[in-house]
Amino acid sequence: MTIKGKAYIAGIFEHSTRKAEGIPLSQLHAEVAKGALDDAGLTVADVDGYFCAGDAPGLGGFSMAEYMGLRVRQTDCTETGGSSYIAHLNHAAQAIATGKIKVALITLAGKPRTGGAPPGRPPMAVIPPDAPFELPFKPTVLNLYAMCARRHMHEFGTTSEQLAWIKVAASHHAQHNPHAMLRDVVTVDEVVNSPIVADPLHRLDCCVVSDGGGALVVVAPEIAAQLRRPKVRILGAGEAIKHTNGGEMDITWSGAVWSGAKAFEEAGVRPADIKYVSVYDSFTITVLMQLEDLGFCAKGEGGRFVADGNLISGVGKLPFNTDGGGLCNNHPGNRGGMTKVLEAVRQLRGEAHPAVQVKNCDLALAHGTGGYLPTRHGSATVILERA
Amino acid sequence: MSEPKDNAVAADRAMVPYWEAARAGRLLLRRCSTCSELHYYPRPLCPFCLSSEGEWVEASGEGVIYSWSVERRANPPYAIAFVTLREGPTLMSNIVDCDLDGLAVGQAVHLQFEEREGQPVPVFRPS
Ligand SMILES: [Zn+2]
Repeated sequence: MTIKGKAYIAGIFEHSTRKAEGIPLSQLHAEVAKGALDDAGLTVADVDGYFCAGDAPGLGGFSMAEYMGLRVRQTDCTETGGSSYIAHLNHAAQAIATGKIKVALITLAGKPRTGGAPPGRPPMAVIPPDAPFELPFKPTVLNLYAMCARRHMHEFGTTSEQLAWIKVAASHHAQHNPHAMLRDVVTVDEVVNSPIVADPLHRLDCCVVSDGGGALVVVAPEIAAQLRRPKVRILGAGEAIKHTNGGEMDITWSGAVWSGAKAFEEAGVRPADIKYVSVYDSFTITVLMQLEDLGFCAKGEGGRFVADGNLISGVGKLPFNTDGGGLCNNHPGNRGGMTKVLEAVRQLRGEAHPAVQVKNCDLALAHGTGGYLPTRHGSATVILERA
Repeated sequence: MSEPKDNAVAADRAMVPYWEAARAGRLLLRRCSTCSELHYYPRPLCPFCLSSEGEWVEASGEGVIYSWSVERRANPPYAIAFVTLREGPTLMSNIVDCDLDGLAVGQAVHLQFEEREGQPVPVFRPS
């Protein structure tokens, strides 16, 4: 059993808001759902599967299914932080491939800038067993990811200048996105001279904090055949959880090692075949480690790989995050997996901004990391093909 | 990050020896009697084989910094680190009584305990 070729992304939508003053989460979810269904040429009555993560208000998908009037026959509320929505894509494709549903809706919305769920770790109803052994030391998203960067620098000689190239590439793309929060092109010098927030990460190594949301509509092949929009086929997907392993830790690599390998195996393609990549960019180091772990370069070579504009569309060998990504465009609810898929679909449809559109983009990869890179995180990878 | 809402420490019977030792300034690791692996943070069921047969092992208190960062925006700034114990496991901690600009991966550090919100927590200072 495989999902290869068994499901299609038929509709996508990205909310244009970056600051949703006066708009509750429920409305954002419904607006992105409507947008993606309109894009697909489908209606809410066509939806028989609903997928959402911990950002959806209410218990699981109940409240949003009710709010939007969904008639749901399969649901999945997998919560793996920012990687959730790529996991949902995999699960939706599985449900479609096994004939359980025909039209799946996946939604994300978040408003860390204007209330709703706070940024960072979600409230815990039950205290996780790791909490007494970590929280007294004041871990933050910043200092946790920073420790991955520090160790990577120590083992492989990665430099701040190399990491800076990732932000530089994102900014080159964001200048063409009218919705992007940061549209100014930045230089390596500007990144490494921005204030240190958590050694060795600078302010410009970090993503933006934004409100917003996005949605995907995934359909069975027979539904896709009736629709007018360009079709994007799901070729393969993989997921993994990486954790501290009883204290036997190596924080220089991520679960992408596992989720990526699974996705490539199912898709039957190799990293060298990929024309465009969307990778989670909570921080510059996140991008670098994921690119290595997905196999785009050897472990430890990431610094050299991302340098000198290699990730800039039209300049380098591996264009990435051509919407400006979380580093410059948006990061709805501090959860970047959804927007990664959205831009990959735009690229495959040929609907990215002309200045960043990858020529003959027929194969793309989207990858998300959710949670905390050095301690415990979810990884999800999907490989998509222009049909 | 949010703090635990109630006292996780009191509600965990299997961890009583760990916290009692911590109050006395000793750091306990857990060794599985079935697979012999040492682990931290300690659990009554081994994370390598799920055996519930195990014993407490006292850490020497010697370790090296595996990785570190200084949270510069905090007031005052503080150093967080992963420290690899001489016994093997790596744990999250803080480096205290140190020059925040003088930390390095591989630097030797030594255990001490601090009380934080009524809980004894293992921290490290440069050796
Ligand atoms: Zn064991």
